[in-house]
Amino acid sequence: MLQNVNPTDPVVYNLWHVITAVDDLTPGVPQETALLGEPLCFVLSESGEPIVWKGKIADQTSEDKNARVRAQLKYGYIWVVLGEPEFEIFDIPEYVEDGRRNMNAISVGLNTSAPRVVENFLDMAHFPFVHTDLLGEEPHTEVSEYDVDYNPEEREIWATNCWFYQPKASAASEEGVLAEYKYRVPHPFCAILYKTSPDDDTRLDAIAVLVQPLDETRVRAHLLLSVIDHQNELDKHIRLFQQTILGQDKPILENQMPRRLPLNPRAETPIRADKVSIMYRRWLRELDLHYGVIREVA
Amino acid sequence: MKLYDFELSGNCYKIRMFLNILGINYDRHPIDFFPGNEHKGPEFLAINPLGQLPVLVDGTFQIRDAQAILSYLAAKYDDGGTWYPTSDPERLGEVNQWMAFGDMITGTASAARLHDGLSYTQIDVKAARAGAHRLFRILDEHLWFAEREGRSWICKGDTPTIADIACFPYIMLALEGGVSLQDYPAIRRWTDRVKRIPGFTVMSGIFSAGAGVEAA
Repeated sequence: MLQNVNPTDPVVYNLWHVITAVDDLTPGVPQETALLGEPLCFVLSESGEPIVWKGKIADQTSEDKNARVRAQLKYGYIWVVLGEPEFEIFDIPEYVEDGRRNMNAISVGLNTSAPRVVENFLDMAHFPFVHTDLLGEEPHTEVSEYDVDYNPEEREIWATNCWFYQPKASAASEEGVLAEYKYRVPHPFCAILYKTSPDDDTRLDAIAVLVQPLDETRVRAHLLLSVIDHQNELDKHIRLFQQTILGQDKPILENQMPRRLPLNPRAETPIRADKVSIMYRRWLRELDLHYGVIREVA
Repeated sequence: MKLYDFELSGNCYKIRMFLNILGINYDRHPIDFFPGNEHKGPEFLAINPLGQLPVLVDGTFQIRDAQAILSYLAAKYDDGGTWYPTSDPERLGEVNQWMAFGDMITGTASAARLHDGLSYTQIDVKAARAGAHRLFRILDEHLWFAEREGRSWICKGDTPTIADIACFPYIMLALEGGVSLQDYPAIRRWTDRVKRIPGFTVMSGIFSAGAGVEAA
């Protein structure tokens, strides 16, 4: 059963969230999903406009104006807000840059909370153990010191100066590299990583995880790629690489207990490599966010 | 040899693993199962009208269905004749029986995984999970008695068969569909033994066994 959104959590209720990639939608064919415990239907009109409403397809509430939900297309996804949006959807300037290939790599259901997915996305320490021979390999397991900042104006966390040895950093890689990473958290349930592109010395590939909370402990993770890749003729080879990575993360994420992210600093012991997640948890506390987290003292 | 393949498919994985166990080189031809739905497109439907992975091409011979591919590979390339014991009618019958059981695991545990993981919302996930638990109880009991008789594998005999390979992937991936193996200790001991078969390989979501000594 879906757990309904805690009405005392206006923070998530008033944010824009992704509910689907538009690539594979056939105009005029409605589909069902959920957001924050609320069952939703969506359809692309013949002119390509997203229409989203509360309820099930069988309820035939699509014509009911009261059931309509505010929706917009951005970055190849339908975004919706159930409450009153206080902020615009964050900017991803790379998306409109020349020479980049933008695509949804996968939308995968995960039995965990949205903040657990974001935190896993921000972690480098697991690379050699979970993504063996791709994003890391033993004995290159050390996460060297990196920088973390919170930018209050942009309401974003940035982790920079992150370096990690990777045997196969992307679908376009032909050899191991010391890859540079930057992480950006512009939304409590979305994060973007920037990493060395094997095909361009001057620019970084951008990979965003956009987490759709179906309810507090079930999500869909949408993976947006904006990459420079001249090696792979077909998008599917780029997608398949990222699907392999996410498939490796899945059992790790689904076995993290509790599923909701504990915000109490003493609930889970961090190490130096977790600097960015310490900042992330602190930010969620300061935002007064309640959804998908455990706030009480352990 | 060419395999039409999708990394996250347990049925494709069992072929990749068995090819590796047999030491056969092959080309992977990736199909964009999700989100591309390439297996339902006209090009792939010309290869397999059922729109299902995997499909194996060996020279001019082409064959679909994971269990059928396993039996073909074993009968043709396993020189020892242990993986698919065609000369022993009773064991052969057993292997086929448990391969069909593996297919039922696909119909339940894998269906629940598609529901949870890839948003196949049309699947009745409660029925799929209940079906998987029913099968796992049967297999757990079977393996428990096998262990009491000093056997390690699903079918009689000292060596694993393709029935072990056929059942393994969607049992290991069951938790992705909300089906925990917590209540099936004999199954969990058996999965550790499968992971120690020489040539065993992993896929996304399945990790190799630890270096520790196997628990009896």
